[in-house]
Amino acid sequence: MKHTLSVTVENRPGVLTRVATLFRRRGYNIESLTVGATENPSISRMTIVVEGDDRIIEQVSKQLYKLVDVIKIVDMTEERFVERELVLIKVKADNNVRAEIVQIVDIFRARIVDIGRNTLIIEATGDSRKIDAIEDSLKPFGIIELVRTGKVAMVRGGRP
Amino acid sequence: MKMRGAEILLDCLKKEGVDTIFGYPGGSVLPIYDALFNSDIRHILTRHEQGAAHAADAYARVTGKVGVCLATSGPGATNLVTGIANAYMDSVPMVCLTGQVSTALIGRDAFQEADITGITLPITKHNYMVESTEELAQVIKEAFYIARTNRPGPVVVDLPKDIMEKVIDYKPISDEINIRGYRVMRGFNSGQVLAAAELINKAQRPVIYAGGGVISSDASAELLQLAETRKIPVTTTLMGLGGFPSTHYLSLGMLGMHGTRYANYAIGESDVLIAVGVRFDDRVTGKIDTFAPHARIIHIDIDAAEIGKNVNVHVPIVGDVKEILLALNQKLQPQPEYGEWHQAIDRWKDEYPLRYGFSMEGRIMPQHIIEKIYELTGGEAIITTEVGQHQMWTAQFCKFKHPRTFVTSGGLGTMGFGFPAAIGAKIARPDSPVIDIAGDGSIQMNIQELGTAVQYKLPVIICILNNQFLGMVRQWQSLFYEGRYSYTDISHQPDFVKVAEAYGAIGIRVTEMKDVEPALKRALASTDCPVLIDFWVEREADVFPMVPPGGSLSNMLGGD
Ligand SMILES: Cc1cc2nc3c(=O)[nH]c(=O)nc-3n(C[C@H](O)[C@H](O)[C@H](O)COP(=O)(O)OP(=O)(O)OC[C@H]3O[C@@H](n4cnc5c(N)ncnc54)[C@H](O)[C@@H]3O)c2cc1C
Ligand SMILES: Cc1ncc(C[n+]2csc(CCOP(=O)(O)OP(=O)(O)O)c2C)c(N)n1
Ligand SMILES: [Mg+2]
Repeated sequence: MKHTLSVTVENRPGVLTRVATLFRRRGYNIESLTVGATENPSISRMTIVVEGDDRIIEQVSKQLYKLVDVIKIVDMTEERFVERELVLIKVKADNNVRAEIVQIVDIFRARIVDIGRNTLIIEATGDSRKIDAIEDSLKPFGIIELVRTGKVAMVRGGRP
Repeated sequence: MKMRGAEILLDCLKKEGVDTIFGYPGGSVLPIYDALFNSDIRHILTRHEQGAAHAADAYARVTGKVGVCLATSGPGATNLVTGIANAYMDSVPMVCLTGQVSTALIGRDAFQEADITGITLPITKHNYMVESTEELAQVIKEAFYIARTNRPGPVVVDLPKDIMEKVIDYKPISDEINIRGYRVMRGFNSGQVLAAAELINKAQRPVIYAGGGVISSDASAELLQLAETRKIPVTTTLMGLGGFPSTHYLSLGMLGMHGTRYANYAIGESDVLIAVGVRFDDRVTGKIDTFAPHARIIHIDIDAAEIGKNVNVHVPIVGDVKEILLALNQKLQPQPEYGEWHQAIDRWKDEYPLRYGFSMEGRIMPQHIIEKIYELTGGEAIITTEVGQHQMWTAQFCKFKHPRTFVTSGGLGTMGFGFPAAIGAKIARPDSPVIDIAGDGSIQMNIQELGTAVQYKLPVIICILNNQFLGMVRQWQSLFYEGRYSYTDISHQPDFVKVAEAYGAIGIRVTEMKDVEPALKRALASTDCPVLIDFWVEREADVFPMVPPGGSLSNMLGGD
């Protein structure tokens, strides 16, 4: 079964190599790996899709966790990414600004996927320009957390 | 205070308690060597960087401190690689300092540039390239912290030349360490300890399988208490030898491929297996699905990734062996006697003791030499080995009473390890006799370190069990490749006695049984000069018993 791991890492040169080397050395197969910035410039987030049974996934997580540059690992298997860049933005949203945010969400054809007491989580997919734009538009309200998957792409249609 | 990078480096090393480093100079580390010139840190000049790495490794194993080696950029650094991999596989705390070309030249294929952080990525616990003189002190502090805590391992710190030369205003940094992605393991799950105690208290046929983790945790006393409280037989891995006294009545010796029959049989029959600081290596388990088939397995290890890596376990306890055993021992009810279980083990011990034959040509049997070494040193010497048959015979026929007295390359199996390791051990423990039990093949891989041993007046003893073969490989060819000895005959060899003498060491040749003991005695009496003894032994002796590769522990060859 495919698992999607969200791995928070130090934003340092060489971290990607460390992660990739670990997968190669231990013989785990990476289906896809993307690295993106987070709301904290010293932290990056990797989204790694890896195929394997529970035992393998457990080993992958534990071995990853041993890398000094890896801060946190979350298995978020329920999410799937197709042909796009995706962003999740948790934005401050008290009652005064909610309506305004909902409008922005509509304009970008994004979605509200979680409603907290004072927060909203917004999901948007599209090309990088669109993601940049929605991020800019939400910034004034106060972005609490942001994660971008980086691009994953696949040729449309064509031979099976 | 205004200080140069190289001086800051040495100041940081001293703060970490470093008194000795093993190294070899070159262009990019000139600033460091210049600072070493009048430093009170002792630098041991080896004759090859691999020697420096192995010596630092053994220094760490013998003292429990972090070993330090130093090499120049490019070829110096790549010469360390085998030593780094060796320390990584055996979980030895080391900090390896490498020179690097100046930052402005990095990435331009400069003279003697090698991407050593890239090269050592999969064989280090962590590595650093220092990016500024300002961050140097922090990096060194972290490197030592990471090397010695949790599961120990080697850390490489790459030091560009200009960063070592730059003068900055240096303020020693605080002792506080905060690495987001690295937490030192403290405490353990006490519910799991209770579950383990319950299993152990009810066990009918328990066995302890102890390894290198007992030694790195300094938990021998706690292990002894666990064993004695419940009268549980103890077998150790190659890496665990010394962690439990081989002379104890509960000792089963080593298990695994070349372990004793009684240890392997005990594993096969056990109902509760207490695995302490071990990693279920394939040389130990043999065929994995037939390993300890009747046992509930308790696994104590500080590295969560070791739990369930090779074998499914029933009661995992993640944490430090010593801490956990201290807690576990309190929950155990004393066991009066095991009766049946001990009787079964005693029967195996009577029926299948370790033994060896005699030589048709009247040659010395290699095992005899090892028994003599034990007899003459009474288990109070530090023994190192190279890799091969002589290493396995040492594990079988030498007894170890104390932790940190047996230094061998287990995980990587590095020929050429033993002699530089003996040098590192002797530097660490000058009062203890140090003996490298060597093969004629392995010794030739780092024989240049005779120069080091002579220069520093180190009376280390090299015992070559000279069978004129790459014996361990020959044995496999004999058993599994129809005796086709393809490129394992190494009877073209130098006169080892003359080699020793050429370096200024003492060389002795022993071809007859009666001369074994006098030669060893003479060697043990040397106070300031290394001694090499070239023992001509039976050429085709085999290591038995043996679990054939991929076989089950219950199906051993030989030794019956
Ligand atoms: C020619 C040859 C033949 C060999 N044959 C055999 C053989 O017959 N039998 C045999 O046993 N070996 C044999 N070996 C050695 C084998 O390859 C392995 O190196 C060895 O079995 C591993 O030992 P170990 O399980 O004790 O683990 P080690 O490599 O010593 O690892 C230590 C374990 O303890 C853990 N640990 C470390 N510190 C702590 C702590 N403070 N608290 C808790 N846990 C800790 C670590 O995470 C790790 O899992 C052979 C090697 C060679 C070269
Ligand atoms: C660096 C290295 N190269 C190759 C091997 C493979 N190997 C394992 S044991 C062995 C033979 C060792 O010969 P010797 O040192 O004479 O010891 P013996 O087995 O004869 O006691 C070889 C070649 C190894 N372990 N290490
Ligand atoms: Mg040999």
